Amino acid sequence: MRAAGLLGLGAHRPALRVDNLEIARRTDSSDGWIRERSGIVTRGVAGDDESVVDMATSAGGKALAASGVPAESIGLVLLATCSMPGPLPGGSPEVAARLGAVHAGASDVGAGCAGFTYAVSMAADAVRCGTADNVLVIGAEKLMPMVDPDDRGTAFLFGDGAGAAVVGLADQDTIGRVAWSHDGAQHERLVIDGSPLRLKMEGRAIYRWATTALPDLARRACEQAGVSIEDLAAFVPHQANLRITESVVKSLGLPDSVVVARDVVDSGNTSAASVPLALTRLHEQGEISKGDLVLLLGFGAGLTAAGQVVRCP
Amino acid sequence: MTAAVDRPSLLAGLAEVLHEVAGTPAEKVVPEAGFEADLDIDSLTMVEVVVACEEKWGVRIPDEALEGMRTVGDAVDFIATAGGGAA
Repeated sequence: MRAAGLLGLGAHRPALRVDNLEIARRTDSSDGWIRERSGIVTRGVAGDDESVVDMATSAGGKALAASGVPAESIGLVLLATCSMPGPLPGGSPEVAARLGAVHAGASDVGAGCAGFTYAVSMAADAVRCGTADNVLVIGAEKLMPMVDPDDRGTAFLFGDGAGAAVVGLADQDTIGRVAWSHDGAQHERLVIDGSPLRLKMEGRAIYRWATTALPDLARRACEQAGVSIEDLAAFVPHQANLRITESVVKSLGLPDSVVVARDVVDSGNTSAASVPLALTRLHEQGEISKGDLVLLLGFGAGLTAAGQVVRCP
Repeated sequence: MTAAVDRPSLLAGLAEVLHEVAGTPAEKVVPEAGFEADLDIDSLTMVEVVVACEEKWGVRIPDEALEGMRTVGDAVDFIATAGGGAA
């Protein structure tokens, strides 16, 4: 039986930082108001020379380096994103080409902010089935051009960036069976549409769904991995809003021993990039180390969600 | 089936919910009190209050109803009309 695991992580954080004061000036709000509602203090904003593909390539290259897997041994590149400049082409073929993943298939994954955790599940299954020995999974977003800088409800919430992981053959299976769900009846709660493309969100409705639906999904992901909440070293939810994270942490009754990712404070909501960005940060800071059990939980537009327990590479 | 809860009991129950969710002192929970204006309950905390009320009284409070729910009295009225306690 083939087994899959995470082999390496990488992140790309834009150099340009935008703090709350700059956002607040245009939206009749304040640093305090933004912090209270979201926990966000600052966020990275991609420059003109940082496209989704640029950031994905950067994060993907770092994940490859960390894993020790050469680019030509990658069998599949999956790019989770919802912020390519247009519907076509997807970004993954160009990322694969730039990285030298010459033997890989390449496809984008569209599951909004849950895209990365969906893609990790698909990658693990591809490795287990023998479709690929190594899969490069990337979440990358350049959302800020799609956010209305004058919309008080969303202007402060988002950010840009990319995170990546190599999923590959392992001695033991260390990516738990995914727990996923959707509430497609609420598909209009978060959309990107119009011309120019604009992100529109019903924050209160999404908050309600997230805080009520996610705790059960998180428990299911743990059960399917055969671990209890107490066994976890860290919890890395999609960095939507610190208030959602704290609510889910409370509902789950996570013990203090579990490190909770709060990267949203520094990065804003980076949609499909947020889980790998937050995971990479915990790893870089030494808060988690090789073999630690981490619960990943993506959720967002669709509405859709997916979570799994993985072991830290 | 139990009988619908009367308004004073709903008010007391709402005070319990507000205390639990937001630490609001019970004496401030009067019908005229505005959630945001007087009790410092912002829109996301209000969602938690609503979810707790739904569980407590077995009613469904849709997001659309939440728009018009500005005071404690509005919430009590809604829950009473929705048959709070009769579930």
